[in-house]
Amino acid sequence: MHLRGIELGCIRGGRPVFAGVSFALAQGEAIAVTGRNGAGKTTLLRLIAGLLAPTAGRLELDGGPAEASLAEQAHYLGHRDALKPGLTVLENLQFWYAFLGGRNAVAAAALETVGLGGLAGLPAAYLSAGQRRRLALARLVAAPRPIWLLDEPTAALDTAGQQRLGELMRSHLTGGGLIMAATHGPLGIDAKELRLETSPEARLASSTLAEGGALARSPASSPAQDRATSTASPFPHRGGEPRG
Amino acid sequence: MPLIDLANPTRFLGFAERALPWLIAATLFAFAIGLTQALFVAPDDYQQGATVKIMFLHVPSAWLGMFCWSLMSAAALGTLVWRHPLADVAAKAAAPIGAAFTFLCLFTGSMWGRPMWGTYWVWDARLTSVLVMFIMYLGLIALWRSVEDPSRAGRAAAVLTLVGAINLPIIKFSVDWWNTLHQPASVFRVGGSSIDRSILMPLFAMAIAFTLLFVTLHIAAMRNEILRRRVRGMLMLQAHAQGG
Amino acid sequence: MQALRALLVRDMRIALRIGGGALMGVLFFLAVVTLTPFAVGPDPALLRRIGPAILWLGALLASLLALDRLFAADHEDGSLDLILMGSAPLELTVAVKALAHWLTTGLPLVVAVPVLGLLLDLDPLAIGAVALTLLAGTPALTFIGVIGAALAVALRRGGLLLPVLVLPLTVPVLIFGVSAADAAIVGPVPFGAPFTILCALTLMSLVIGPFAAAATLRHGLD
Repeated sequence: MHLRGIELGCIRGGRPVFAGVSFALAQGEAIAVTGRNGAGKTTLLRLIAGLLAPTAGRLELDGGPAEASLAEQAHYLGHRDALKPGLTVLENLQFWYAFLGGRNAVAAAALETVGLGGLAGLPAAYLSAGQRRRLALARLVAAPRPIWLLDEPTAALDTAGQQRLGELMRSHLTGGGLIMAATHGPLGIDAKELRLETSPEARLASSTLAEGGALARSPASSPAQDRATSTASPFPHRGGEPRG
Repeated sequence: MPLIDLANPTRFLGFAERALPWLIAATLFAFAIGLTQALFVAPDDYQQGATVKIMFLHVPSAWLGMFCWSLMSAAALGTLVWRHPLADVAAKAAAPIGAAFTFLCLFTGSMWGRPMWGTYWVWDARLTSVLVMFIMYLGLIALWRSVEDPSRAGRAAAVLTLVGAINLPIIKFSVDWWNTLHQPASVFRVGGSSIDRSILMPLFAMAIAFTLLFVTLHIAAMRNEILRRRVRGMLMLQAHAQGG
Repeated sequence: MQALRALLVRDMRIALRIGGGALMGVLFFLAVVTLTPFAVGPDPALLRRIGPAILWLGALLASLLALDRLFAADHEDGSLDLILMGSAPLELTVAVKALAHWLTTGLPLVVAVPVLGLLLDLDPLAIGAVALTLLAGTPALTFIGVIGAALAVALRRGGLLLPVLVLPLTVPVLIFGVSAADAAIVGPVPFGAPFTILCALTLMSLVIGPFAAAATLRHGLD
């Protein structure tokens, strides 16, 4: 499976958020999207998730069932946790499993995976911010979808939580998944960096990642795609200092 | 034991456990006396026959419905002015009981009115005021349930209760102000009551029985509410103990 | 299918748990009926004549009450994003949410009609007629209302915008609902004619509502 973004641009509220963003993501790979606040990290993720329409460029997806759209094959973990306070922890999770195509029986096991096993019957209103985040992560685990779009997944998690997140992401990648995560700090996994800058020139120079040309789903790729551009360095693993 | 000691929830629980069996016994005894008086001692009305005896349910429940709102108003003052710890527990526990008595009043009145007046309902001042009070009870209960945190809900409900207390004098004197279908005030009236002793005695007996019933239910409900809040506190502790 | 059933169960669970969504609608309905005599006077003959109209108005307004939370609640906590990414068609998803709303808000209103009819001194035939027309018409109110609910969330203005948008669309339902009820009570127009049109309006709204709402959500959300 390959996911490619080609010269993506987006305008929101009359203001251009970013333009000319390109990337290529293959199975087992992860991209960390970095940039200052307001550079468009969330916008890019929502665009890939199908919640926003790009004003320029396009997305291409190889692999996966032909009749399933990109959105149906992706998980989106946004800033908000999509939890109903009136339902219990387990009820919340069971709903998302059923709705996103997982199997109910796995729900309880997934709670264990994220460390919320003992709280299944608790009303979700009583959870702390970190626990809510972990419950949102549990959603990713059982309903199988290849593409993970994560918006600042490490926020609100303590060290143990971030370790757990790293393990989850690694096992997803090993299983052939793709991850694209917006983040301010280290993710805890090997990832290529996609940096969003606010000035157009800097964006074209440093934010383009190139991969060799596997055939896209749409007919004949344009010759411009074969143009080689600079490859960004791998994102520093845990010990390096975060950019921006 | 001075009354002020009851301000402590734990002490109150102990008091409730000890007092409830006596109160239940007293209530049953009072109803035994009251019902015997009402059914066998009080004479049938020469016009209405035995249906007049619905009065022995209808009038006391009207009194209790209004008494309950007065009690809640006192509790509301306790919450807002003196910040008594059990005041909002008392108010919250009293609301459904008062609503039930008011509904009983409306229902028995309706059943009584049908053979007497030929209609289940008429929009005269007293009936309408009691119906409005019933709606206000339901609104108060809805308010209690809509806010998750009990103490915040308590303050909001206290304000609403005090505003609603204005309705009570209107009900009491409405019959004198509008000349309508309902029987004019005949018990608590300047110049003494106008009802014969043979009906007045059973009426007071039933009133005492109803009052004891209210007290018993109220104390039991307060006990339940205190226990419910404790459970909530323990659930929150459990959630935070799990960390995250 | 499993996904849609899970959504139905979840929406109904939430409605029946938090603050008693079903009872709020009925309470509002009761309040509207109670306010009427204050406005038009307590004359039983008058109330009997306008009773069906009052009940229909009350039910319409009560139905609209919970509608603005239909999508807004999901939008605020981020559930709407995930629902849009589900594998079920969005039209069906919207229809299921509307169904849950009708079951927890509209249907209790129909159940409350006998009691409220007694307050307005309606005879059993009138109560039955109003209840039947409301049973046929409240789904239309809900399914038309989802269009407004979707617009309100897409435009982020909510609040009073929803009634302003939806009320004009519900006028035909109101007209035929009340006239069917009156036809059953006083005649001479046969009950069947307006009632059939009412049912037709409902069936149309079952289709148009979800499609329009889904289109709004798809293209309007930022």
